[in-house]
Amino acid sequence: MAVAFDEMNIPGGDLRPAYQELARWLKETPPEALEYRRQEAELLFRRIGITFAVYGDSESTERLIPFDVIPRIMSGKEWSLLEKGLKQRVRALNMFLRDIYHGRDILRAEIVPDDLIFQNPVFRPEMNGQQVPHDVYVHIAGIDIVRVDSEDFIVLEDNARTPSGVSYMLENREIMMRLFPDLFARHRVAPVERYPDELLSALRSVAPQSASGEPTVALLTPGVYNSAYYEHSFLADKLGIELVEGRDLIVKNNEVFMRTTEGVKRVDVIYRRVDDDYLDPLTFRPDSALGVPGLMSAYAAGNITLANAVGTGIADDKAIYSYMPDIVKFYLGEEPILKNVQTWRCREPKDLAYVLDNLSELVVKEVHGSGGYGMLIGPAATKATIEAFREKLKREPEGFIAQPTLALSTCPTCTASGLAPRHVDLRPFVLTGSKSTTIVPGGLTRVALKEGSLVVNSSQGGGTKDTWILDE
Amino acid sequence: MLSRTAENLYWLARYVERAEYLARTIDATLRVTALPAAYIGKTNEWDSALLTAGVAASFYQQYEEANERNVVDYLSFSADNPSSIRNCIEAARLNSRSVRTALTSEMWDTINSAWIELQEVWSRGTSTREDLAKFLRFVQETSLRFDGSAYRTMLRNDAYWFSRMGLHLERADNTARILDVKYHVLLPEEEHVGGPLDFYQWTSILRSVSALTAYHWVYRETLKPWLIADLLILNDSLPRSLASCYGNLVRNLDQIGVAYGRQGPAQRHARGIRNRLEHSNMNDIFQHGVHEFIQEFISDNSRLGEIITKQYLI
Repeated sequence: MAVAFDEMNIPGGDLRPAYQELARWLKETPPEALEYRRQEAELLFRRIGITFAVYGDSESTERLIPFDVIPRIMSGKEWSLLEKGLKQRVRALNMFLRDIYHGRDILRAEIVPDDLIFQNPVFRPEMNGQQVPHDVYVHIAGIDIVRVDSEDFIVLEDNARTPSGVSYMLENREIMMRLFPDLFARHRVAPVERYPDELLSALRSVAPQSASGEPTVALLTPGVYNSAYYEHSFLADKLGIELVEGRDLIVKNNEVFMRTTEGVKRVDVIYRRVDDDYLDPLTFRPDSALGVPGLMSAYAAGNITLANAVGTGIADDKAIYSYMPDIVKFYLGEEPILKNVQTWRCREPKDLAYVLDNLSELVVKEVHGSGGYGMLIGPAATKATIEAFREKLKREPEGFIAQPTLALSTCPTCTASGLAPRHVDLRPFVLTGSKSTTIVPGGLTRVALKEGSLVVNSSQGGGTKDTWILDE
Repeated sequence: MLSRTAENLYWLARYVERAEYLARTIDATLRVTALPAAYIGKTNEWDSALLTAGVAASFYQQYEEANERNVVDYLSFSADNPSSIRNCIEAARLNSRSVRTALTSEMWDTINSAWIELQEVWSRGTSTREDLAKFLRFVQETSLRFDGSAYRTMLRNDAYWFSRMGLHLERADNTARILDVKYHVLLPEEEHVGGPLDFYQWTSILRSVSALTAYHWVYRETLKPWLIADLLILNDSLPRSLASCYGNLVRNLDQIGVAYGRQGPAQRHARGIRNRLEHSNMNDIFQHGVHEFIQEFISDNSRLGEIITKQYLI
C-alpha cells in the first residue's frame, strides 16, 4: 500500500497553506489545554444527547461518537472543484433514476446491463412510470469522498437513500465555535448553519401540485430506538416541522394526514428517514409497524412527495457504482470530475477470478451493505477470515464487489500519544430542489481513530471532526 | 400539534411530579419513623407510604414485610414497580427523547442530566441514610428545575398547557391519596379517637406536600387536624391543594379551548369539579364524610384524565 497523502504536511517538512495557521496555533497551545477541551466537548455531546445506537449491542444502547477537536481544513479552491464534481454526480444520479423508471435509454444503449436493474432487490417496479415532482428523486444525497493525493477527489460510495450524519456536521461546528473561539478568529471558515434552511426550501419546492400554497412538511422517523433518532429530532427541530412516526399518519382518499390535537391535518411532503421496505405495509413488508398503510397509493395519486423518492436504492447500489463514470458521460456528455475507485464486479467471472487470487490485498464489500457491516479488508484480515470470506464469495459472487485498499488521506488527530496522522473520509450533503442543487461548504469528516485503521464508520469505532472550508 | 406529542408532554410532567411526590413521601416517612415508638403509636408508617403511592398490592407480591429497607427499595429503585422513582425518571427521559422538538433545551437538559446522574444510583443503590437523603433531595431538585425551566422557557401555547395539565392532574391525585390514607387522623377532635400523638402524623402529612410552613402562615395557629384538611382540600393559595390544582386545570383547559376555538367534555368535567370545590366548606365535607368526599374526588380526577386522553391525546 502506498504512503497515505498527508493533508497537513508536505513531504520534506513544509505545510500545506490551508493548515499553516492551525499549525501555528497548535504550537502555542499546550497539550493539556487540548485535552481539557476534548473532555469538555464530550460532556457537551452527552448533555445535548447527541448519541447513536449500535445495533446488536445490548450493553449500552446509546453511545457517543468520539469527537476529535482538531479540524480538518480544505482550501476554497479545493472545495470549488469538489462542489462542481458533486453537483455533476448528483445530477447524473437523478437523470439515471428518471430514466430507469421511465424510458430506460441507458439499458437500450447497453451501458448498464438489464439484470443488474431488474434482478436487483432495491429496484422498485411500483415506481415504473410514476411521476415525481420536477423529476427529483434524490433530494438529499451524501456522497462519500476520499483523497489519495492533492489532485483528485474520489467517490467511495453514493448514498442516495436516507443518508445520515448531517447533524454531526452542524453540531460539531457549534461545539467547535464554543470551545475554540480564538481559533475561529484566526481563520475565515465558511459557515454551515444555513443547511436547515436550504433543506426546508428544497423540500417545499417539490411539494405536489395538490398542496396548498404553504406546503406542510414532516419528517418521518422509525422512532426513538433508531440509531439516527437524535438526528431526526434535531433536524425536525431546526426545520420547524413535525417529527412524525408511522402511527401519527393516516391515509384517507389518497391523501396523507397527521393526527393532531385539533383533528387531522394534511401533509404534503415527507422527509422520510424510513427505508423503502418499511414505508407501507400494504405495498412492501406486511410486518412493518413503522410505516403508513396506504402511503404508496397516495404517492401514486401524486398527493404526497417522498424525499428521497422510493426506489433510489438502485442508484447507490455498489454494483451500479462501478458504472457511474459511464452514467455521467451518458446523460451529461461530460467527463466525470470526481473519480471512481477501481472496482471489480464479482458477478463477472474474469473479475471474480482476479479477486479470489488477490483477497489479501483487496477490500470486498457487499453490494447492498452499508455502515461498514459485512465487509472484508484484506490487508487487515486474518487468514481464517479471508478463507471464510472466500467461501461466501464463491457461493454468491453477484453479492459482492472488490476494490483496491486505498491509502486514505490523513489529518492530524488527538491520540493518547499526542497528535498523530489518522485516516479520514468526507461526506458532503448535496440538496436538490425544483430549481437548483446546493451544497453547504463542508460535510462530515469521519476519522479512523485506531492507528493504521481505514474503517471510519461510527458503528465500527470511527470518530468525527469538524470540516473547515476556508473562504479565501 | 401531534396528538402523540401532546400525550408525551402530558405524561412527562406527570412522571416528574410523581417522582417528586414519592421522594417527599419517603422523606416524610423517614422522619416520622425516626421518632421513638411512643410518639407515633402502632401504625406502620411504611404501610401508609405504600398505600399513598398506590402500590401496596404489588409490593406484597414481592415482599413479606413493609419495613424501611423494603419500601424504600420498592418505591425508589425497583425496576419491577412501574411507578418507582426509577421508572418515573426512565419514562420521563424516554418521553423527553420522543418529544425533544417540543421541549426547550433547558427542560431536556434537566431530565437528561438527571438521568445520566442517576444511572449510577440505580446500579449501586444508596448504602447510607446520608446517601438516601441526598438522592431524595436530588429527585426533588430535579422536579423543581424541570418545573422552573418549563415555566421560564416554554412558549405559552398548547405544548405548555398540556404539560401543565399533566402536572396538576398528577398533583391533585397525589394530594388526594395522602388524604385518603390519613383522613382518620384529620377528623375533628370530638370525632376521632387518637390523642396528642397525632401531632407527628400531622406534620408528616404537611411535610409530604411541602406545606408545613405554609400552614403557619395561613392559620397562625397550632396544628389542628380540620385546618390541615381545609388547607389541603379547599385553600386556593396552597399550590398542592385540590382547589388550586383545579383552578389551574380549568385555566389550562380553557386556554386550549380558546386556542383551538372549541370546548369539549374535558372543559365541562373540570369546571364541574372546580365548582364543587369552590362551593364546599369543611363543615359540609365532614358531615358528608371526608373519606367519601376524597374517594369521590379521586375517581372524578382520574375520569378527567380519561376524558382529556380521549379528547386530545389519541
